[in-house]
Amino acid sequence: MPEVLLQLDGVHTHIGRYHILHGVDLTVQEGGLTMLLGRNGAGKTTTLRTIMGLWRASAGRIRFDGADITQMATPDIARLGIAYVPETMAIFSQLTVRENLLLATHTGRFDAARLEQVFALFPVLKQKFHDAAGGLSGGQKQMLAIGRAMVEQRRLMLVDEPTKGLAPAVIEHLIGGFRELKAMRTTILLVEQNFHMARSLGDEVAVMDNGVVVHTGGMAALADDEALQGRLLGLSLASHQ
Amino acid sequence: MSGLNRAAPWVVLPVLILAALPAMAFSSWVTLTLAGVAMGMMLFLMAAGLTLVFGLMDVLNFAHAAFVTLGAYLAVSTLGALSGLVEANSLVLNLLALVVALLVAAAVSGAFGFAFERVIIRRVYGSHLQQILITVGGLIVAEQLLVVVWGAEPLHVAKPLLLRGSFIIGGAAIEKYRVVAVGLGLLVFAAMHLVLNRTRIGLLIRAGVENREMVEALGFRVRRLFVGVFVAGTALAGIGGVMWAVYQELITTAIGADMTILMFIVVIIGGLGSVTGCFVGAMLVGLVANYTEFLAPKLALGSSIALMVLILLWRPRGLFPVAKQ
Repeated sequence: MPEVLLQLDGVHTHIGRYHILHGVDLTVQEGGLTMLLGRNGAGKTTTLRTIMGLWRASAGRIRFDGADITQMATPDIARLGIAYVPETMAIFSQLTVRENLLLATHTGRFDAARLEQVFALFPVLKQKFHDAAGGLSGGQKQMLAIGRAMVEQRRLMLVDEPTKGLAPAVIEHLIGGFRELKAMRTTILLVEQNFHMARSLGDEVAVMDNGVVVHTGGMAALADDEALQGRLLGLSLASHQ
Repeated sequence: MSGLNRAAPWVVLPVLILAALPAMAFSSWVTLTLAGVAMGMMLFLMAAGLTLVFGLMDVLNFAHAAFVTLGAYLAVSTLGALSGLVEANSLVLNLLALVVALLVAAAVSGAFGFAFERVIIRRVYGSHLQQILITVGGLIVAEQLLVVVWGAEPLHVAKPLLLRGSFIIGGAAIEKYRVVAVGLGLLVFAAMHLVLNRTRIGLLIRAGVENREMVEALGFRVRRLFVGVFVAGTALAGIGGVMWAVYQELITTAIGADMTILMFIVVIIGGLGSVTGCFVGAMLVGLVANYTEFLAPKLALGSSIALMVLILLWRPRGLFPVAKQ
């Protein structure tokens, strides 16, 4: 049985005077891909940012590999081996593709084998290695953001809506990339609105609504249960093929 | 951004220099151009830290001018103490005196910059209003502390013997000290360019200016980086203060504050957070000030502001805007 790598217990987050997370309980199993689904404004992005320490949890506990990381600073959380791919991608547009990738290495040097894995997943990054990242297309920037998260061995990847605004062909390419990452036993917590992608990739699923997790279970079970989809998400996966 | 659009800001400088040529005699043009470039170099030294501090941490530091003033007063004391070297009939000894003054100013300004960041700036991250209030207050307090140490009377700065006067080349008077200022400015710009583009620290600074949060999410402590940048920026302000003081020869505690508006104009024209922009912006301000003072003295006072308005009408985020996320 896989071990729990990440665990959130009753996590609350306030942003200014707004109470966004109202006691999130969530577990992510090591080596699996957990989908985090929910309507807009359900608190998915806030959950990822709270895990990364970018917004501070006001109550509750976040454990990573057994260690309490609730009050740790973002750089320390990252150095535990947690990579974050935000919804905005946060590519450094004035730096080259190479420099963007190099920033994600803590030694300042590439692991050649790891870099080749990134290039194998996203060959365009090799072609544009010395180009300014600001000149990449939206899909290419997303590939760079994911490549940056995997250019070093990470224990957990937090990925926020990687398909947002991308063309279907690019989304298929990204799905292929995530399949490769799964095959490499990378643990991933993936926020996604694209249900085709969710069904293709997810092992486990957690559904959020109004700042709490309202359902957890296997992705396959949710994909097969249209009534449950309708109740939790207000729509049917079958309509999002 | 197209290649043409990227190249356009670089064209402004030569266009300005060439456009001034028909308006005056060739010898005057050479003299004024070198004077403008030298003034620009000194402005660059003073403002370079300001642009990085704002770019990296969104900190508006009006007390930056205090470090320029501190550098100027340290120049008085250091060059006064080294009068043997200053008055020696040897270029090497003269330059040695200047280099010692620059190193002392950089070290002391940097040390005070470190203390200022730890005690004052760190408390006002994220609030521009508080930053303006507390750093303007810091500037006033610093000026009064300088009065306590050095007195309220204007002080004379000894310019090294062989750096006084001018060369006359083809009828154009070229002030010797300005040549030194241009050399030092180019050296500092080249060093900053190398650090920013060829080192890991530089890579982190460039990335941090663009998206501080993501640099932290990659595992780097931006605050620690910022302290280093702040110290380097105040050390550069001290160096700029020495150069400006020796150029002015007579200083008061207002020497830094008088340059505040020009420093901010340079930073805004160049694009907040851009060292290259700061360099080009400083050259433009220096050249426009010198040309205008010669051609239309009554307009000289407002020439820098007019330049800023024109540049911002053309490129609202400055000549070399840094994409911030």
